[in-house]
Amino acid sequence: MKRLILSALFLSTAALPAAAQNIVITNAKLVIGDGSAPVEGGTVVVQNGRVVAAGRGVAAPAGARTVDAGGRFVTPGIVAGFTRLGIVEVDGVGPTNDAGASASVFNAALDVAGAVNPRATPIAINRSEGVTRAVVAPDNGGSIFAGQGAVIDLGNDMDAVTRPRAFQFMEWGEAGARAAGGSRPAAFAMFRNALFEAQGYGRNPASFADRGKDALLTRADAQALQPVLSGQVPLLIHVERASDILGVLALKREFAGLRPVLVGATEGWTVAREIAAAGVPVIASALADLPASFEQLAATQSNIGRMKAAGVTVAIGMINDDEARQARLVKQYAGNLVALSKIPGAAGLDWDAAFATISSLPAQALGMGSDIGSLAPGRRGDVVIWDGDPLEIGSMPTQVFIDGVEQPLGNRQTRLRDRYLVPTEQGLPKAYQR
Amino acid sequence: MLALAGGLAACANAGAQDARTASAAETPQGPGRGPGAGKGYDHDPYPSTYHPYPGQPTLVTNVTILDGEGGRIDGGSILFRDGKIVEVAQTIAAPAGATVIDGQGKWVTPGIIDVHSHLGDYPSPGVDANSDGNEMTGPVTAEVWAEHSVWPQDPGFGRALANGGVTTLQILPGSANLMGGRSVTLKNVYGRTMQAMKFPGAPYGLKMACGENPKRVYGSKGRLPSTRMGNIALDRATWLRARDYDRKWDKYEADGGEAPTRDLAMDTLRGVLDGEILVHNHCYRADEMAIVMDMANEMGYRVTAFHHAVESYKIADLLRARGVCSAVWADWWGFKMESYDGIGENLAILDRQGACAMIHSDDANGIQRLNQEVAKVMASARRAGIPVTKEHAWTWLGINPARALGIDRVTGSLRAGKMADVVLWNGDPFSVYTRPDKVWIDGALLYDAGNPRLRPVSDFELGQPGEGDVK
Repeated sequence: MKRLILSALFLSTAALPAAAQNIVITNAKLVIGDGSAPVEGGTVVVQNGRVVAAGRGVAAPAGARTVDAGGRFVTPGIVAGFTRLGIVEVDGVGPTNDAGASASVFNAALDVAGAVNPRATPIAINRSEGVTRAVVAPDNGGSIFAGQGAVIDLGNDMDAVTRPRAFQFMEWGEAGARAAGGSRPAAFAMFRNALFEAQGYGRNPASFADRGKDALLTRADAQALQPVLSGQVPLLIHVERASDILGVLALKREFAGLRPVLVGATEGWTVAREIAAAGVPVIASALADLPASFEQLAATQSNIGRMKAAGVTVAIGMINDDEARQARLVKQYAGNLVALSKIPGAAGLDWDAAFATISSLPAQALGMGSDIGSLAPGRRGDVVIWDGDPLEIGSMPTQVFIDGVEQPLGNRQTRLRDRYLVPTEQGLPKAYQR
Repeated sequence: MLALAGGLAACANAGAQDARTASAAETPQGPGRGPGAGKGYDHDPYPSTYHPYPGQPTLVTNVTILDGEGGRIDGGSILFRDGKIVEVAQTIAAPAGATVIDGQGKWVTPGIIDVHSHLGDYPSPGVDANSDGNEMTGPVTAEVWAEHSVWPQDPGFGRALANGGVTTLQILPGSANLMGGRSVTLKNVYGRTMQAMKFPGAPYGLKMACGENPKRVYGSKGRLPSTRMGNIALDRATWLRARDYDRKWDKYEADGGEAPTRDLAMDTLRGVLDGEILVHNHCYRADEMAIVMDMANEMGYRVTAFHHAVESYKIADLLRARGVCSAVWADWWGFKMESYDGIGENLAILDRQGACAMIHSDDANGIQRLNQEVAKVMASARRAGIPVTKEHAWTWLGINPARALGIDRVTGSLRAGKMADVVLWNGDPFSVYTRPDKVWIDGALLYDAGNPRLRPVSDFELGQPGEGDVK
């Protein structure tokens, strides 16, 4: 009974976010996250969970908790540009994997928000590495439409969803063709039919005949596509081949309200000017340099650097790249793009631009740049103090704040480490060592 | 430095515990040199045709050297000629005619050795037509040889060279089967044929697997094994057959008479029992590795290395005592149940306990950044209070994988007389901001960041978009 009471107590305290403190972080090597250079001796002020000021010569308000960063890097929390964080515990264990549902009759209607488990192990592990927000996308099943994705925080509380139904996710190219029945034209037809049906629903929802399992589009799916048609939410589209990218840009002309965001975009550099001219943002795979499929023949690590040089808004994402657990790797990916800038003939990014690809730019791609992803005034108080250069391998946060709340950095992996730092048993079995 | 001594000693002990391996270290080991060579049957029917490509006598001066076996020289020099390392020292006078490279600000290491790759067997593009890594038609396929699946035109080889500084790699069959077949060790040099890439004199490996994969693949087909106990039962039954086969051939090779019937699967297992073929065992869980080590004792063979081994840290003391290496990732975890307990300190805890350990990729992308994977381990180790020097950490990319492949006498470290498999890095190779500047294999310059002509383009990429691009 005592045990029950204790655990109930634990749950009730963990269920609610701790109150945001007013915090002043001083003496920072301050990175705003918008592509500007770090500033020495910077200060960040967070009040009521939001950044109110960040820069040099910022006055510290009275009564706030002050943290001296000791000259170390202070940055916005990392925004992981494309993940499946929080909806998967173990990829290969079906009941713990809510990313995709190939047997569902629904597609665009599927909404990951309710499936996000803030206690999924990957949340704490990625939080301890400075990831504070993540774009969480469903995986597709029997349709090109995968469903509605969310933007979440990685805080140690039960209130993870920052924005539910923040976007629709769709497979195009080879994966889209497979889902639509076996060819790209089948995917095009599925897409157009779905949007026409959704338009019909939008004109008169009451008269929309839901034909159940036989429907090409259920009522729920038609409803879910309304904000896509109107441009209220972006449509994230996984697309790799140059010709398919151009096809997506053309869709924007056919359905005027669409706000496409390209995901993956391995061959984007070969049509970078067209992407830039269309004003379509990209969440690209940073280091995919293998012709892993026939839609990725032009794969190169210079992809992001070249797209940026052409004026494309490009962030880093991790589609089909351990994105349910390893979002933390985006820091290493960004660092590698800096390294690339030293190789003759290659195109990388300078440090400031590289950091922006994992902070402000994914936020911008989702249309949330005024809410998260930088330390500009008004943004959420997601701040990380690092023990070194955040893009360098092995640098780790010493403190992480989400919405102005300081976060615990321990996790299941640190517990296993501590138990087995000395692998031999110490008197009692290992099960007693904690 | 204690950690260094311990780590190396463990690998050395691994050999000393087993007479066959110890004697093999005295004489060149490899295909065709095991027991029965020249009498019973040909042990090397697909021989290496690899030859070193032409190189210039080269002296790199004023460079930070990590020698791959625990040594470091700051502002040092390395000279190689005719494919071999001539000298590694603080100062070396430039011989006449040598190309001299000022290594100011740069680092030199031995070429990286990846003990676990599927390049060529699961090449890019990953189309079904080229997926030749898992003979998933039976749980015991010791008769298949990975080299018979290698597609030498895999673009991944070139990426591993240019971005990863990888000069030697072991290609293993996949892990669907308990005994998945023979591995092959390759020099990372494009050839028209597999044989032209084959590392001369490298012993074969046998890929084994425990855990989820075999039981899932065959259990779902309603056949043995569908459980972990089924895995071990079928392994043991197969080893018993192999021992019988080995006895018959030993007798024939000693006494003559009628030759026993050849069995390709049993040939491979006999090679293991005779110490001619090294066991590379895919295994995740600590408890399973302990069972496999007992099985090896029971059946009279050695496990050279557990691969993946995400829970090795839990039994580092047992692994050290048995002299079994672990080839691991830095930070992979959670993709399936048996990888759930993976931690970033795995390799560092093993190393501190004196167990033999090394990094591996098992991945066409990861193989391009194995130096960075080791950097992750070093950072995790530092936070856990385990000091690791850079020169020691390179043993996880150098001499340790060379030992696990049985090629440490000829490569894996920068020592006079060894193959000149050398990488010049444009900075500290444990920094994310560093890339290979030049890569030599057997003294031949095969990648040069500053020379577009020295970037390999496989047949598959020729005439495709992005051909010749800096990958």
